[in-house]
Amino acid sequence: MLLKQTLSISLALAFLSLSTNVQAKAPAENPQQKGLRIAEEGDAKDIGFGDTSANMIMTLKNRAGKTSRRVISIKTLEGKGDGDKSLSLFDQPADVKGTAMLTFSHGLKPDDQWLYLPALKRVKRINSRNKSGPFMGSEFAFEDLGSQEVEKYKYNYLREEACGQGWKCHVIERTPAYKYSGYSKQLAWIDTKEYRPVKVMYYDRKNSLLKTLNATGFKQYLGKYWRPSMMSMVNHQTGKSTTLQWSNYKFKSGLSARDFNKNALKR
Amino acid sequence: MIKSYAEFVVKFRWLILALMLLIVAGAGVGAKNLFFNNDYRIFFNKDDARLKAFESIQDTYTKNDNVLMVFAPKDGKVFTPKYLAAIEDITKRSWQTPYSIRVDSLSNYQHSESVEDDMSVANLYENGASLSSDELQRIKKIALNEPLLLHRLISEKAHVSAVNITVELPKMLTDEKGVVTPADPTKLGAEIVKSVRDLKAYVEKTYPELTVYLSGIVMMNNAFGEATIYDMSHLLPITLLLILVTVFLLLRSVSGTVITLVVIVFSLATAFGLTGWLGIELSSPVMSAPIIIMTLAVADCVHILSNWVAQMRKGSDKYEAMRESLRINFVPVFLTSITTAIGFLSLNTSDAPPFRDLGNVAAIGVMAAFFFSILLLPALATVLPSRVKQQEDTKTLALMSALAEWVLSHQKALLLSVGALALVLIALIPRNELNDVFVKYFDERIEFRVDTDFISDNLTGIYNIEYSIETKNSGDIANPQVLADIKKFTDWMTEQPEVIHVNTVTDTFTRLNKNMHGDDPAYHKLPESRELAAQYLLLYEMSLPFGLDLNNQIDIDKKSTRITVTMKTLSSKEVLAIENRADQWMTDNIPELKAVGVSPSVMFAHIGMKNIISMLTGTTIALVLISLILMFALGSWRYGLLSLIPNLIPAGMAFGVWAIIDGEIGMALSVVTAMTLGIVVDDTIHFLSKYRRARVEQGLSAEDAVRYAFSTVGIALLVTSVALVAGFLVLATSSFKLNSGMGLLTAIVIAIALLVDFLLLPPLLIWWDKWLNKGQKTAVEQIK
Repeated sequence: MLLKQTLSISLALAFLSLSTNVQAKAPAENPQQKGLRIAEEGDAKDIGFGDTSANMIMTLKNRAGKTSRRVISIKTLEGKGDGDKSLSLFDQPADVKGTAMLTFSHGLKPDDQWLYLPALKRVKRINSRNKSGPFMGSEFAFEDLGSQEVEKYKYNYLREEACGQGWKCHVIERTPAYKYSGYSKQLAWIDTKEYRPVKVMYYDRKNSLLKTLNATGFKQYLGKYWRPSMMSMVNHQTGKSTTLQWSNYKFKSGLSARDFNKNALKR
Repeated sequence: MIKSYAEFVVKFRWLILALMLLIVAGAGVGAKNLFFNNDYRIFFNKDDARLKAFESIQDTYTKNDNVLMVFAPKDGKVFTPKYLAAIEDITKRSWQTPYSIRVDSLSNYQHSESVEDDMSVANLYENGASLSSDELQRIKKIALNEPLLLHRLISEKAHVSAVNITVELPKMLTDEKGVVTPADPTKLGAEIVKSVRDLKAYVEKTYPELTVYLSGIVMMNNAFGEATIYDMSHLLPITLLLILVTVFLLLRSVSGTVITLVVIVFSLATAFGLTGWLGIELSSPVMSAPIIIMTLAVADCVHILSNWVAQMRKGSDKYEAMRESLRINFVPVFLTSITTAIGFLSLNTSDAPPFRDLGNVAAIGVMAAFFFSILLLPALATVLPSRVKQQEDTKTLALMSALAEWVLSHQKALLLSVGALALVLIALIPRNELNDVFVKYFDERIEFRVDTDFISDNLTGIYNIEYSIETKNSGDIANPQVLADIKKFTDWMTEQPEVIHVNTVTDTFTRLNKNMHGDDPAYHKLPESRELAAQYLLLYEMSLPFGLDLNNQIDIDKKSTRITVTMKTLSSKEVLAIENRADQWMTDNIPELKAVGVSPSVMFAHIGMKNIISMLTGTTIALVLISLILMFALGSWRYGLLSLIPNLIPAGMAFGVWAIIDGEIGMALSVVTAMTLGIVVDDTIHFLSKYRRARVEQGLSAEDAVRYAFSTVGIALLVTSVALVAGFLVLATSSFKLNSGMGLLTAIVIAIALLVDFLLLPPLLIWWDKWLNKGQKTAVEQIK
């Protein structure tokens, strides 16, 4: 008993001295700066992926447990100096097959969006500030899925803690800088080794917990880029949830800006 | 046996006092389990088909629990920079409402329009304070032509507008330590109400030119609680005071009054303690039980105490007087308590759970009052000091014998006139109309009622019917034939005179079709192919703002859609009428898509009728049981049969009177007959038992037996009836109409019952004397 106590006290002391040592090595970094640094490091890790394409199965689930499924293929072109460009093409359900959406995402400005409706055979540009609205009726908002540029948030480093699978995570509070964001803040769990976003908790404008995103099944592509194979978003207020199942990831397949313009929508 | 019980009670009075304290404490602890449920849904059985259909709609689509805040500017102009800026500010602040998931107002309405090949979706306006008059005109035109806004968030005259806050109450709550507990919706509702009232205070301070009105489901539920609190704080003290004054005037004894108070308090504590132990939820109807229990407990006390005091006035000491009083009163008090309890228990056949609860709580209270009257009361009475002047109360006795003589000398006239009056009043019963206007459950003392009346007069209705139109396959909502049928239905609905607004997804389709064709009015029609419709829906989904999704109107599978019809404030009759017309129209025109109309309005419209039918069973059971008890107690089936007349006629006459003074019958009044049966029978028991004792045991003539009955129980009947009528009249001033109507009608029944017992029963007894006493030998004949 006594031994155990002594042991734990000495352990704690050792830990304390260790952590003061660490702090001494990196002086003058406050939690805001540390949060920003980690965001920048994470962003840097993902630079240079060029383009990706993947298939996504979106499953919506309502309060009563009923589900509905959509199949979409998504292509993304890495943005240089600006946000990414992406093109989503619907495959199922059958009556929306061929419907396509082109998005040029911008950090703090409204995104540019074009929609092609095959039944109308027309491309329409959609002007909307609406990044906080739901993405295709799911529990994901546009702002949750768009590229996560560093300047989209203010950061505040909170702590480091275990986050499953033997991983350790930085827990960072992010405050949206975008005026029309639907959130007051987000808590993000980013693993310390590879900067994979494992979990995000979203707080609505009255600061109540709104949703939790869990990402699992991370796989590494081209020896560098990590992508989850499953993302699940649960809305705590309505009891609804959405899962995104990703498959068939391809990187650097030589896509260019020409694959991301209005004409590309009709293909 | 009763004698030895009386001896026992007087002898072991201290032990009994201690025991009573233990019992009331043990029961009373159960009060910690009491909780008030203000959800309007408690008025319906869990397996009620309409409630189930409604809850299935609530599960399939976004729930429609809400707070509707309406802002009326003094100058009657909504489209001014000042007003629009205020709405912007209020909208932003409304998002802070606890458990809110969506706020809708003019400022954040997502207006879509087409500019060349662009489609823009944006807030209807921003920076209201800096809008030019041209912009104001443009916004006004858009708002007044938008089906999603007109009669919902903006009035036709553009003189008031609203902010609607949709809330979703969590079923479970997680605290800071991560402990999950079931949430109490009443508490969550109270948090919301506090928040919106703070917002209202802020608005009235910051924008003095605005008047704020609050309505919606959350406010309605809250009103149930507030009406009850109002009643408890206003009516209970009045009832108590009234009772104490009556008892004191009758007994002219301080200790007798104190004893009555103790019995009342103990009965209440036991009834509500046991209610807690049994896990019965409190609700507005149940909260009329305290007044009912108090009033009925007084009757028991009065019978025992008045005899006790009378014995002492004759010269007995307090112990002897109590033994005698208990000997005389035990059986009648027991019988009247049992019959009263049976009357209340028959409420268990009611279709509305709160009335079943009321019946059970009141029955427990009545039996507790009996229990305390025969044990606690004598123990206390013999322990407390009591001084009574020896005197004979002759004045009231003289009054009673005068009444007896008057009745005896006008037998025929009374038989004819009271009989004719009874027939006339009973003939009037059918003139009562079945009607429940559930907004009017609250009277004008309750803020919700006043605010809701204003909103119905100026902006929108709070009555609605929802239809969930189901198709066969997933995605079929985009089928042009289905859409065309839905549009036919909603067009027909819109034309109905009762209807203010129809919320339908077809409006979204026609608007988008127009937008996608460069706002060409020629395309303000439904899309012609399924693909186009489905793709519009996708486009629409993409353009929805935070907190809104398609689930508002369309289920996850795109197989069904919700149509919400908003109506003026209607009576239940009118609600049923439009429901039936819609039903018939769908059968004739769109049989494959036919849906059942559901909503709180529809459920409340049906429950009045359902409750009346279900209470018929309850009343019959109570009548049979009570009549059997009477036959047994009186020892004669003939007397038992005769008692049906004074037991049933009062309720019949009272409903006739009701047809004259009010004429509307709803859920609450349907329980009155069964409930009062157990109470009015008490008078009959007392009168008939004394009459029969005189007629059979003492061998008096029918006339003399009537004189005897008047002189022995006349005063007690008069006093208890007056006390009961007074108690129920206090209930009649309740701010909650279900309780006030019930109180008033019950008071009328009891008053008529006394008149019937005094004026009609004696002539009947004399008229049918031969038949009544057939085969019965009177004491005098036996001696011969």
